[in-house]
Amino acid sequence: MDIPSLQALAASNTWTSILPELMLGCLALLLLVLEIVLPKRLHSALPGVALLGVLALLAGQLLTACCGITEGESFNGLLYHSQEGQLMRVFFLLAALLTGVLGTVCLARQRVAHTEFYHILLVVTAAMMLLVQSNHFVMLFVTLETVTIGLYILVSYFRNSPFSLEAGLKYLIMGALSSAILLFGIVLLYGVGGNPSLPAHTASAMNFDELRAFLAANPHNFLASVGIVLVLSGVAFKIAAFPFQIWVPDVYQGAPTPVTAFLAVASKAAGFLVLLIVARTFSPYAWLLAPVLTVMAAATLLFGSLAALTQHNVKRLMGLSGVSHAGFLLLGVVAAGTQSMAVGAIYFYLFAYLLASFAVFGVMAQVAGPEDADQEISHYAGLAKDRPFLALVLAIGLGSLAGIPPLAGFMGKLFIFIAAFQAGLYGLLAVAVVAVVISIYYYFGWIRAVFFSNWVSPDGEAAPQPARAPVGLMAGLMLGVLALATIFLGFYQGPLGQWLNNR
Amino acid sequence: MNLPFDPLLASIVAPLAVAVAIACGLPKRWSIRLAYVGFALPALLALHAWFHYSAQPQVHGYAFLTRYSTGLDGLGIGLTLGLNGISLPLFVLAGLVGLAAGLYAIQSTAERLKIYLMLLLVMQAGLMGVFASVDVFFFYFFHELALIPTFIMIGIWGGRDRSYAAMKVTIYLTLGAMLSLVGLIALYVKSGATSFDLITLREIIAARPLAATLQHNIFALLMFGFGILVSLWPLHTWAPLGYGAAPSSAAMLHAGVLKKFGLYGLIQIALPLLPLGSAHWAHTLAALAAVGNVLIVGFITMAQRDLKQVIGYSSVMHMGYAFLGVACYSVLGAGGVVLLMVAHGLSVALLFLLATSIYHRTHTFELTEMGGLAQKTPVLAAFFVAATFASIGLPGFANFWGELTIFVALWQFSHCLTVIAISGVIISAIYGLRAAARVFFGPPTDAFAAVAAQHPPADLNWREKIPALILLATLLFIGFWPKSLSAPLNDTLNTVYSAVAGK
Repeated sequence: MDIPSLQALAASNTWTSILPELMLGCLALLLLVLEIVLPKRLHSALPGVALLGVLALLAGQLLTACCGITEGESFNGLLYHSQEGQLMRVFFLLAALLTGVLGTVCLARQRVAHTEFYHILLVVTAAMMLLVQSNHFVMLFVTLETVTIGLYILVSYFRNSPFSLEAGLKYLIMGALSSAILLFGIVLLYGVGGNPSLPAHTASAMNFDELRAFLAANPHNFLASVGIVLVLSGVAFKIAAFPFQIWVPDVYQGAPTPVTAFLAVASKAAGFLVLLIVARTFSPYAWLLAPVLTVMAAATLLFGSLAALTQHNVKRLMGLSGVSHAGFLLLGVVAAGTQSMAVGAIYFYLFAYLLASFAVFGVMAQVAGPEDADQEISHYAGLAKDRPFLALVLAIGLGSLAGIPPLAGFMGKLFIFIAAFQAGLYGLLAVAVVAVVISIYYYFGWIRAVFFSNWVSPDGEAAPQPARAPVGLMAGLMLGVLALATIFLGFYQGPLGQWLNNR
Repeated sequence: MNLPFDPLLASIVAPLAVAVAIACGLPKRWSIRLAYVGFALPALLALHAWFHYSAQPQVHGYAFLTRYSTGLDGLGIGLTLGLNGISLPLFVLAGLVGLAAGLYAIQSTAERLKIYLMLLLVMQAGLMGVFASVDVFFFYFFHELALIPTFIMIGIWGGRDRSYAAMKVTIYLTLGAMLSLVGLIALYVKSGATSFDLITLREIIAARPLAATLQHNIFALLMFGFGILVSLWPLHTWAPLGYGAAPSSAAMLHAGVLKKFGLYGLIQIALPLLPLGSAHWAHTLAALAAVGNVLIVGFITMAQRDLKQVIGYSSVMHMGYAFLGVACYSVLGAGGVVLLMVAHGLSVALLFLLATSIYHRTHTFELTEMGGLAQKTPVLAAFFVAATFASIGLPGFANFWGELTIFVALWQFSHCLTVIAISGVIISAIYGLRAAARVFFGPPTDAFAAVAAQHPPADLNWREKIPALILLATLLFIGFWPKSLSAPLNDTLNTVYSAVAGK
């Protein structure tokens, strides 16, 4: 091989474009190697290694994001790198970091292996980062499966707890079902796209650009419509949209709290990014897409809010209120069909949701007792007296989730509402307003238990509460930063708001 | 005289900064000293704005106009502060009632006084912001900033039924706020404006008025949204309950100032921008207000036996006059509403203050269990009778001018409603004077005599007198010299209401 062809090879080396994901994978492997190599007494440092590594990667990504990255395809169109992709890399790294910190709190109470938790977490994160940049159904499916299989393990990670095992099994069955539906939709689209008797047929119908061109040429193909609906259904499982949300309460309750947080934030965000990607690909079928997503959004909003009303277990409450949040984001996705501003609104909403959710889950991890699935609202009675810091962070997190100004969550909702108005979705907006008011009720019930002393549990007698351990330095720091960021982002959106709204 | 800094921004930032300083763990003594500054500075700056308003250069009809970017210029949102003739009186009201409520809170014996003061300061910052904002978004934003502390204060420091009251107030007010938010977004999107700035909105809508049906729908959203916030019958039930349970300073600030947000929104935004909508809904609004707020609530007030409930219901009733003035849609009517808002704000704050002072002497709010207090506490009695006279609308107090102007404007709108409204004055005289008589005159009941024998009630001390004096003096000042407010008000109304200025 001569020098010029080597240079050409080096210049076309697309591996550099997925450097963050590669490094994350290496970090995950390094953890396993270190566990074998290091003596047992040093094992307690391994989570620290994982967190430091993620932190370093996060800093690197923020630097690159500020310098701007080159947009374009890599790996023959398997991936498409964009500014948004870069932003979501930051998002998932942040989620992994926060989940890791929560892990240090929760895992300490259980007799389970520690290193593997971080290993799987990092692999899943890397897969999510690739997932949201995928531009090809093969890439999408492979990364999605990597994410899902990793999550199967994580959900049932507390293998001494029957709740955790039950949750793992439920998630496995539901996840497999949704993957099958998704795969069937992909196959249908691939098959119909390759049909030589149709105009604009293509050999590589798995590629999103090719598929969109094919769909644009055949705007009313029956098989393609079926495929689209099936793909949407598969994605709806991941984002827990109605009517594919049945797994949520049990899985959220049974999974270890850090994993619940990861499911609620990162997995949901990944699902929405996938939804945005496929919605863009299916844009020639807007006649089908818009009504399906509209009905789904309305039903998700209402179901999530109403179902959350009656919950006393905070993990189930967070799960069902998360369903209602998925409804708000779906509202944004519907608006994104006509308004490009809605996409920015969705990103902002996701970031606000990340900050607020991890603040709430962080407090939950502190308050939870040895049985992780058993976290009742009544356990929070008098928290404001015992641990004013935790109570304050919880109030800020819940306030942001409820969309109360001046917190970041309000700005997210506001952007979504403005986008929905510009898109003319008045009916959905009315439903969303109702959902906001209902959500105030159930979030407020929780806050009431924390702050107002005369609260008694529904059965009339004070429930026994798990002992409250002091807040560790790292967890305390994380909670403080999250709460401050939630307030700050509500007052001043700065460059992030500027960038998202000028898209 | 020009200050070296922006007085409007300073009046918002000062209380917030003090609140943050207290939150950072200042010792109690210093917290209280700093809180004096945090309450006094906005009041002084408001007085400064009042007496230097006419000397200020007017830009687009606003004095002190400045704009700060918060990173949302892409959406047309920016912190624009300024005062016109409509917002100036309310800005002054917010400053003075804030000072009185703050002073009254400092001398109170509330538990956890530091947090109480902190929340009041946040509320104060929000109140100053509401009336100083020219940007519609920040107008809403500051309202919510002031609303959140209200919920918390009712929930923690409230009296009877505080938990239920806090929940009910939260849900009602969130519903109202959401409806008005949707209305404001609709106004922004449908006008085609690229800015939430009220000046730009006015110009754009003057050039291209909205279609009639659109105006009807948006006005309905704003009318009912703002209406809930101002306790429009039959959506008023939160108000007496909430005020009955709220601690005195929170009730003073909410009933006195924050509640005026909705009316202010109608006068400043809805009426001038949606003339067809307001004409369409005028009769509905007037009928609801006259029959519901004035007559029905008036009779309900007469039946109350609890002093705080009497004041709470009477405040709902007086809002009926304000709604009647809004329904007139004329310069005279709007001017009357603004004057009445200021006057009612001052008088209701004074009544809540005195009611709590009475409670500290009688240990009950039940009117039937008091009597003859005037012999023991003549100064308190004098204050209370004066406040009652003001609230009824006797000449010499600011309320007189507000009610008189509204009745004159209403006569041009509908004779029948004017008769109903004026008969409402008789109702309010009956319950107001009867309450004063029950508390202060006649023979003391046996129960009260027993209490008074154990703890001989002392007269108002100076720490209670000063806040009461501030409020009473302002009421009298405006009562004798209404021109100080009505002159700038008239100028602004004549330009903003140019469509109906001749009428």
